[in-house]
Amino acid sequence: MLEFSRLKVIWLWVITLVAAAAAIPSITATMGVALPAGIYAPKVNLGLDLAGGSHILLEADPSQVRQQRIEGMDESVRNKLKQANPDIRISDISNRDGALTFLVEDPSKVDAVREAILPLTNGAGLTGARDWTINVIDGNRFMLTPTQEGIDLAVAQAMETAVEVVRKRIDALGTREPTIIRSGPNRIVVQVPGLQDPQALKNLLGQTAKLEFKLVDTTALQSDIQRGVAPPGSEIVPYAPGKDGGPVGSIAVKRLGGIRGDQLTNAQVTNNQQTNEPQVAITFNTEGGARFAKLTTQNVNKPFAIILDGKVLSAPNINEPILGGSAVISGNFTTQAASNLAISLRSGALPVDLKVVEERTVGPDLGADSIRKGMIAMAVGTLALVAFILAVYGRFGMYACIALVFNVLMILGIMALIGTTLTLPGIAGFVLTIGAAVDANVLINERIREERHRGRRVFQAVEMGYKEASRAIFDANITNVIAAVSMAAFGTGPVRGFAIVLLIGIATSVFTAVTMTRMWVAQWLRKARPTEIAL
Amino acid sequence: MKLLKLVPDNTNIKFLRWRGPFYVISLLLMAASLGLVFTKGLNLGVDFIGGQMIRVTFTQSAEAPVAPLRSEIEALGYGEPIIQRYGKPNEISIRMKLPEGADHDSGLSDKMARTITADIKAKHADARVDGVDSVSGKVSGELWHSAVLSLGLAALAVAAYIWLRFEWQFGVGALFSLVHDVTLTLGMFAVTQIEFDLTIVAALLTLIGYSLNDTIVVYDRIRENLKKYRKMPMPELLDLSVNETLHRTLATSLSMLITLTALLLLGPGVIFGFTAAITLGIFVGTYSSIYMAAPILIWLKVTSKSFVPTESALDKQERLAREGA
Repeated sequence: MLEFSRLKVIWLWVITLVAAAAAIPSITATMGVALPAGIYAPKVNLGLDLAGGSHILLEADPSQVRQQRIEGMDESVRNKLKQANPDIRISDISNRDGALTFLVEDPSKVDAVREAILPLTNGAGLTGARDWTINVIDGNRFMLTPTQEGIDLAVAQAMETAVEVVRKRIDALGTREPTIIRSGPNRIVVQVPGLQDPQALKNLLGQTAKLEFKLVDTTALQSDIQRGVAPPGSEIVPYAPGKDGGPVGSIAVKRLGGIRGDQLTNAQVTNNQQTNEPQVAITFNTEGGARFAKLTTQNVNKPFAIILDGKVLSAPNINEPILGGSAVISGNFTTQAASNLAISLRSGALPVDLKVVEERTVGPDLGADSIRKGMIAMAVGTLALVAFILAVYGRFGMYACIALVFNVLMILGIMALIGTTLTLPGIAGFVLTIGAAVDANVLINERIREERHRGRRVFQAVEMGYKEASRAIFDANITNVIAAVSMAAFGTGPVRGFAIVLLIGIATSVFTAVTMTRMWVAQWLRKARPTEIAL
Repeated sequence: MKLLKLVPDNTNIKFLRWRGPFYVISLLLMAASLGLVFTKGLNLGVDFIGGQMIRVTFTQSAEAPVAPLRSEIEALGYGEPIIQRYGKPNEISIRMKLPEGADHDSGLSDKMARTITADIKAKHADARVDGVDSVSGKVSGELWHSAVLSLGLAALAVAAYIWLRFEWQFGVGALFSLVHDVTLTLGMFAVTQIEFDLTIVAALLTLIGYSLNDTIVVYDRIRENLKKYRKMPMPELLDLSVNETLHRTLATSLSMLITLTALLLLGPGVIFGFTAAITLGIFVGTYSSIYMAAPILIWLKVTSKSFVPTESALDKQERLAREGA
């Protein structure tokens, strides 16, 4: 136990010094000392609770994805059966209540319908599971229900896209180093350090930005619209609340024959030259431009509604065909709203609505205050502990204290090297680790003392001390690891930061308090050859 | 230099003689803690019941003006605030229920936070808003669920580990002393009404790891002595084991308490509750490793037959040397 080859000694020192040296940039940073540029200087990241900033948890509603899929299937089925030759007539189509149902008017065509729609219901996943189940009720009523596997897959895809869209939008705001990660099946965590007022960010993320152009149903009576009754084939859409003085109420638009505004290459805020109001200029890609040209050519002199997320922005008249592939959206915007819309349209529509379910904002002063107080507490606690350990264990205590200093540096250095985040509870984790790290030395030293009392010679007593104590040290640390791992699994942000400090601390404290002190003690024993030790 | 001795050599305190009374006291304390948790309740933070929490520090005041604040915020029409000091007397947290409909429109809770913070800043020049937390009912429900789950699983996992390393009786003893430590700590939160949030759960999990350290050291020694003194009656053997490890138990607990006290008195106020929970837990854990974890082995009928005797190489060498002599 007390044999250390020259090679082993060198290795132990290399590990210790490298890990400890990695702590230097983090320490100089808090002291405000600049290191020369160009050298590799990993730093411990500060969590939001120390650096200040905003944490936002966004959630998508899977039932919305389900409804979207059913509506999409509705459209596909209609198109498919329209293309069938001879065409198959269906009626009583409903996409409510979590399933698509329709009636095949000619019962003899049920099999033909089944054959036609079967390819639409195949799973896109690799499992080969079907995305839809098809049931035929009463002979000629079809019921298509999306399977849970299909919905899960669709939600996963939607969330993947949503993360990308969220990232683009936050980047457009120019905020620095945001963290955007998926959390669970239908959530996204957004963390923006330094952001104090998350309102602008939330406005931006709350906008799904689904843009549609639909024809206004001019036949609808104003009185019907007010009662919320739309003519067949049309729907009532309310105006978006804009600045004061804009249009209010609702208008009727035709369900079909519109186009989606998702095929854009650019969107910019401009000012209307006559009114000087902010507006958003959009540029379609080739396909979108062609569709828009077709819509405007076929409907000259008719009004069409520009609809964003189910609300009408404006309903201008089509004065002439718009063939250039670009258009202007006016909508009684504030400058901020126009800018948000431009960003949202550039980044693409969110495939699902995102709702804020948790939000935490921390001011910058509290964090700075916490770091300062944490460091004072750590310094005072360490000094008091060193005094105590020296008083109780003398020379052996001194080794424990040197190990303690290396331990703190190594924890900090390893955190910087693997890029983990220090949080407020993490500071407490540091202080706790300092207190707990000497436990190993206490156990060893007590054991050495006991072995001496039993009459063993110094060298043997030290050897036995390290050997017999290591069992309890091992068991105690395993239980700490179990606790810290369950904490890391359970906790979010700050709590996980604490668990990580504990885990790193457990590893480094065993290394410094057991291995390193054993090496130092062995070297001293070899050199001094004491026949009596003070313990 | 003369070294400090926390207990004299060859101390032999008859700890186990008092095991009956101490068990009764502990069980009563546990019952009282549970009773308080269920009647008075824990002061659950927004992490676990949802709502909004605004932290404010009054930088120029010795004490936060709690009473005026309460009436000012109530006048804003969002309902009654729970205002509580944390850490220093000039640091407070204001907790509110989320406004009606905020689950669908997070703009409503934003508006409430803005209105309240603007009002405080207007009326108190030295108020510094340190943070705003809004947690929806759905998220807080999940957090509570996973907190309870992780505490239960962690306790079972460490007990299972002790069982694996020792014997089943030791696992039961460890689990019991864990439950004891966590219950008494919860009792403290019910009595003091310190806000119970996510970090407190982290503290309890830490406790599960650290309060067992003492227990493990005592158990390790009991196992060793069971192999060594195969004829010694259990109470005597337990007393011997506890006394042999007493200096170490005190030294370790004092080390932890020294650093924790520094953190409690000088550290950041935001984690006061967290530090308090760990500090109390370490204290209770030291006691329970002596009075809860050890005596239970008598009742669970641990004997030296529970372990196969083994002899270390050095012991054997010495025995042979003795026999030879």
